[in-house]
Amino acid sequence: MNRQSTSGYHGIPRWVYAVAAVGGLLVVLPLVAMVAKVNWPQFIPLITSESSVAALGLSLRTSAASTILCIVLGVPLALVLARGEFPGQRLLRSFVLLPLVLPPVVGGIALLYTFGRQGLLGKSLELAGIQIAFSTTAVILAQTFVALPFLVVSLEGALRSAGNRYEAVAATLGARPTTVLRRVTLPLVLPGLASGAVLSFARSLGEFGATLTFAGSLEGVTRTLPLEIYLQRESDADAAVALSLVLVAVAVAVVGLSYGRRRNSAEVQA
Amino acid sequence: MSFELRASLRARNFDVSLSLADGETVAILGPNGAGKSTLLGVIAGLLRPDSGTAKIGGRPLFNLDGGTRLWSAPHLRGTALLAQEALLFPHLNALDNVAFGPRSAGVSKAAARESAGHWLAEVDALPLAHRKPAQLSGGQAQRVAVARALAAQPELLLLDEPMAALDIHAAPLLRRVLKRVLKDRKAIIVTHDVLDAYMLADRVIVVEQGRIAEAGPTRQVLERPRSQFAAGLAGLNLVTGVISGEGITTPDGRVFAGQHDPEWSPVSGQAGVAAFPPSAVSVFLGDVHGSPRNSFAATVTDLEPHGDQIRVRASTGSSAPALSADITPAASADLGLVPGMDVRFVVKAALVSVYPA
Repeated sequence: MNRQSTSGYHGIPRWVYAVAAVGGLLVVLPLVAMVAKVNWPQFIPLITSESSVAALGLSLRTSAASTILCIVLGVPLALVLARGEFPGQRLLRSFVLLPLVLPPVVGGIALLYTFGRQGLLGKSLELAGIQIAFSTTAVILAQTFVALPFLVVSLEGALRSAGNRYEAVAATLGARPTTVLRRVTLPLVLPGLASGAVLSFARSLGEFGATLTFAGSLEGVTRTLPLEIYLQRESDADAAVALSLVLVAVAVAVVGLSYGRRRNSAEVQA
Repeated sequence: MSFELRASLRARNFDVSLSLADGETVAILGPNGAGKSTLLGVIAGLLRPDSGTAKIGGRPLFNLDGGTRLWSAPHLRGTALLAQEALLFPHLNALDNVAFGPRSAGVSKAAARESAGHWLAEVDALPLAHRKPAQLSGGQAQRVAVARALAAQPELLLLDEPMAALDIHAAPLLRRVLKRVLKDRKAIIVTHDVLDAYMLADRVIVVEQGRIAEAGPTRQVLERPRSQFAAGLAGLNLVTGVISGEGITTPDGRVFAGQHDPEWSPVSGQAGVAAFPPSAVSVFLGDVHGSPRNSFAATVTDLEPHGDQIRVRASTGSSAPALSADITPAASADLGLVPGMDVRFVVKAALVSVYPA
């Protein structure tokens, strides 16, 4: 306890530190246990096996696609939720946020009854010759379904705290609403949009339940990295652990990127 | 290309009509919450009134009367708004901030920047062109904001207390800049500073409780105020009542005798006001001997320094307006004035101006 601190009072009781330490350990300890279990001599061959590379590639491609879809759909959603005025706005917000608390497998079933062969839209799509369920498109849809709220929540918060005073000034200077959005609103909330996109990407990368239910587990088509890990766990535990470590590394990189961005933007605004 | 407005907004108890001649600058004065910013919001298109019309020249901004629902969006109005805070877009440098208006009007990037440079020079801010807003002081940012508003070539410039957020060293420079650029320009400036009204405006409008309390040429309003707010700005005591033989009779029956312009012949019973400076008021303890004219019982409410004098504020009754007297610190000490003390105010009739309300 010799660390020099400039502030003399924190207002945190000592026992809070103890409980916080337990909380921290709950997250860190399993990761340590997993790292301890990695078969290091075989690590590279394990993660570069054909099925592993296929799963990782598929995961990165579908997550990138669903992140783009989240941005395309989530930015307008966040805008109308944060700035718009229309009946049913609160209801819409509740529904958009629902996937945050819904078990992903339930989301998968809901998607199946929407886009599946006998589904609400699936029947018509089937007639048009489009099959979505159990395809890579289904993977992207499932990931977008679970990841969209992350982008909307993050961006809506940024939009609200930014207020719309800059937009009002821009409008009186003669800028059309689309120009205001492009040249004022989006640049102002870019940090929030970026961290929302990073979180969406991370959530897409980890998606398991909805994908398995709605897209199945076809190697190279719908078997993403989490599905591959689950499958390998049965036959080859070493491979599962090695791939898990890859996923942890990607997640750490993503969180670090997002957190670093946030700190940078906070410094710029200060 | 004159500007005309009539608007009412019940939720804010706001009902104002005004017009501006071409090239005229009008100052809107009034206490906080009187509806000054509401007025600018309605003109700029950021607030929608319940009813009313507005047009610049022949071009309607809105018409919400008699079932018509004409409402043009802020970006189509040509009414640039300059707020208390500069609100420069933080991600653009000063030059691109100023170029924003021309760019939005469809001017090419190069031409917009050229015009931005011209307007930056106009507000003595050209050396700041490549700075980001975070690197500008409050006064510099506000000058850049003035350039940005002017670069949009508004037909009507709206200024919402542009000097209020600046420190006392930055305000004079901005005021000089505004005096130069507002010349021959149609503009409405909301302010609570009497100096802004004198320096920048041809005419003042006093708004109180969402209504126009008085309006007129700046000099006239400040020398002959008819509203308590304008009297306060001009540093005068103001008493309202009806004209009687000697001066003004207040609703509670007090008589303020005074002087009036020789060319005006007062009509008894007409509404009128009496205005007098605090220096025309003497303070006594107990009864006053001699002339009882213009002598009133008063209870001291506040004492505060005012220049090298002490300003004594006193209440002369629950319904009557508070009056102020300026006395020397020595006199104040001799009288032993403290808040709550009962005194007599005696007003020199020769220094009381009486004129119609």
